[in-house]
Amino acid sequence: MLKGRSLVDPEDFTLEELESIFELTKKIIENEKDFNDICHGKILATLFYEPSTRTRFSFEAAMLRLGGQVIGFSEPGSSSVAKGESLADTLRTVGAYADIIAMRHPNEGAPIHGLKYCPVPLINAGDGGHQHPTQTLTDLFTILDAHKRLNNLTIGCCGDLKFGRTVHSLLKAMSRYENVDFVLISPHELQIPDYLKEDLKRKNIKFQEEERLENVIDKLDVLYMTRVQKERFFNEADYVRLKDSYILDLEKLKNAKENLAILHPLPRVNEIKIEVDDDKRAWYFKQVKNGMFVRMGLIIKLLGVR
Amino acid sequence: MLEITSIKKGIVIDHIKPGMGLKIFEYLKLDKADYTVAFIMNASSKKYGRKDIIKIENTLDIDLNVLGFLDPNITVNIIENEKIIDKIKLAMPEYVEDIIKCKNPRCITTVEREITHRFKLVDEQNATYKCVYCDHIYKWE
Repeated sequence: MLKGRSLVDPEDFTLEELESIFELTKKIIENEKDFNDICHGKILATLFYEPSTRTRFSFEAAMLRLGGQVIGFSEPGSSSVAKGESLADTLRTVGAYADIIAMRHPNEGAPIHGLKYCPVPLINAGDGGHQHPTQTLTDLFTILDAHKRLNNLTIGCCGDLKFGRTVHSLLKAMSRYENVDFVLISPHELQIPDYLKEDLKRKNIKFQEEERLENVIDKLDVLYMTRVQKERFFNEADYVRLKDSYILDLEKLKNAKENLAILHPLPRVNEIKIEVDDDKRAWYFKQVKNGMFVRMGLIIKLLGVR
Repeated sequence: MLEITSIKKGIVIDHIKPGMGLKIFEYLKLDKADYTVAFIMNASSKKYGRKDIIKIENTLDIDLNVLGFLDPNITVNIIENEKIIDKIKLAMPEYVEDIIKCKNPRCITTVEREITHRFKLVDEQNATYKCVYCDHIYKWE
């Protein structure tokens, strides 16, 4: 039963609960009209303490398509936060007005702290470089869409794996499924944080760390691309040596499996060349739309309106 | 030689590494105690050469969990009628609160007022804890 619950960590829900959200999402996609008034009279508050267009729009579009309404702020300067209000007080207050809250916060662990004070379901819409569980719901749903399964997969994550919260959440979530291996492709400086590495080791999950995408692309069932920013490298020489390795083009894809699913949390800059967009293995724009549908499913479940 | 008499009833925290006693005194909030507490620094020890000792008289109601986090080799004796009636075996506690602070500069604990600094034990052998908010690893050394 997900009614009244919150989502702050990708492991908050059981696999069965995730499955129930995905089932509902499929129904929404198949027949969206059946759901367009289901949240009538309900209010979603979007508290975005740092800028985001994609995730915020996705949440707001999801609620509006369900017939609900949306309040919130898109940067804290225009709210009582600028006056020095604590997160605890903001959540208690907004929770008195709204039925459900989606929050993005620059500080890691903010939603876990917020749970103690928030009187309505709280959804973590990204906390610093930590977790982004609704992106993970989107990613899992898209992998399921592409491969019809979430087990027996080799998943490559490429780019900035140190600060990329979407990758952190994806690793946590996918490591719960059977026989899932990871190939972590990044410069040494941008490898996944120690806590995640220790977590994977503790769970006996197979993972390989690799510097170059071209060395491993042929093994992958899923390739999760993220952006590597020049300023993240510790020195210019490494950046020059490795930068092309984190750019996906049709040349690299020649060695990839026919049924590879290429995902990206977006926004993309240059890490996937535009020439890849028309390849049938490019799933990232479908992933964007899936993100809105899966958030519709999540809102319905947490509000318990169905 | 300085002599501290034995206690009739209470707790003796023994084999504290020299220098650590004062920290334990603070963590257990003994500076605010309304019962008799003796704090002995640099006592001679067969095990360590020197050690600190804390004797707490007439109370047994103290949360000693933190001692397992600070040093599981500390011994804790419960005294009744001037005799040791129990030796508490210390273990690393599953959670520690407001003892250490998260070193992750992006952690919510660095900005939010009146937040409990809370860590969960994830690997007892390597004395590894993680921040319950941001998952940042803390290794006790």
